[in-house]
Amino acid sequence: MAETMQFDLVSPERRLASMQVAQVQIPGADGDLTAMPDHAPLITTLRPGVLRVSGPQGDAAYVVTGGFAEISPEGTSVLAEKAMPVAEATAADFDALIGLAVEAVAKAPVDGRDAADKLVADLQALRVEVGV
Amino acid sequence: MPNLKDLKNRIASVKSTRKITKAMQMVAAAKLRRAQDAAEASRPYAERFNAVMAGLAASVGGSDTAPRLLAGTGDDKVHLLVVMTAERGLCGGFNSNIAKLAKVHAAKLLAQGKTVKILTVGKKGRDQLKREYAKYFVGHVDLTEVKRVGYADAQGIARDVLDRFDAGEFDVATIFYSKFVNVVSQIPTAQQIIPASFEQAEADSASLLYDYEPSEEAILADLLPRGVATQIFSALLENGASEQGARMSAMDNATRNAGEMIEKLTIEYNRSRQAVITNELIEIISGAEAL
Repeated sequence: MAETMQFDLVSPERRLASMQVAQVQIPGADGDLTAMPDHAPLITTLRPGVLRVSGPQGDAAYVVTGGFAEISPEGTSVLAEKAMPVAEATAADFDALIGLAVEAVAKAPVDGRDAADKLVADLQALRVEVGV
Repeated sequence: MPNLKDLKNRIASVKSTRKITKAMQMVAAAKLRRAQDAAEASRPYAERFNAVMAGLAASVGGSDTAPRLLAGTGDDKVHLLVVMTAERGLCGGFNSNIAKLAKVHAAKLLAQGKTVKILTVGKKGRDQLKREYAKYFVGHVDLTEVKRVGYADAQGIARDVLDRFDAGEFDVATIFYSKFVNVVSQIPTAQQIIPASFEQAEADSASLLYDYEPSEEAILADLLPRGVATQIFSALLENGASEQGARMSAMDNATRNAGEMIEKLTIEYNRSRQAVITNELIEIISGAEAL
């Protein structure tokens, strides 16, 4: 079994990371999952959360909101709508995101209300986890 | 013959114009590099995104439950044209070319008896379309204050477009922008974004059988709106690079023209100066001879 796999984290504006890693912990829409080399091919959407990677080059953690992850045996690529290293996340970022999400709740149709509520809750939980 | 003072002033004014165009060219060159870097940086995301979407669309697209953003409303009566241009002029034919393409498109749709709605991004396109198509305007996005277009700007436009789509205001949306080829060539392009169409990616990514979590439909429904934003974002970036490229070559031409003009004026100035001297000499000599 391969020891490491290729990991890419890209946002629309830039490529944040591209390296060999041993494992990636992904905040999937249906729950967290960890991808390791030779994982079965999987595509999952993301909920706002913390993405953790560890590998020979050390560990790293990123805040991601929305987007999806594509996992194949050779590697994992995460396409996040907004992504930044945890250390760079600020209270203002969260304020803006939560503000938008709360607005979306008010506008959401009845059958979309749950999803919008969940987004707000996820963001608030993420804020607590990051600790800003 | 214009007098010497006028010529001198003229030369000075053309010289200062040349300085300005030269400076603008260099500013555009610097901005172009940044714009190109931004476009480059966004490419991996857009490519991956399209590859995954193409795979998903191919497997879900045919079914009856396909989301409306992919399958369309089943109609194509009302067209929304999103015309993206620059906020500033002095960049050659850049804005006019996009506006012209949009006009041709709009005229064709109107001739087919369809309804046209126009959403403009960027002041210049709005100004050019105002004469003939003002009554079709439904909105305008102002990016004057934005120094560097970010994904958030694209999301703003995408949200506007999607809200209108959800409200049933149109059936088909097309964006107009300029594709950057190189400094001297930018191609005005029309691209349909709703209903979404994805170029089929190369076979190897499609042939992998993916598991989907939650489900294919749910992922597709989640990603399609993001796809609209992604496409608008890359169009904005292409546009940004094209604008700077067009401005650079336009200003290069202007600088060269100013140089030629200065040469011509200088020759004229020297000739008239010599003529004046000759005249004065003749006057003095004939005055001396008369004595």
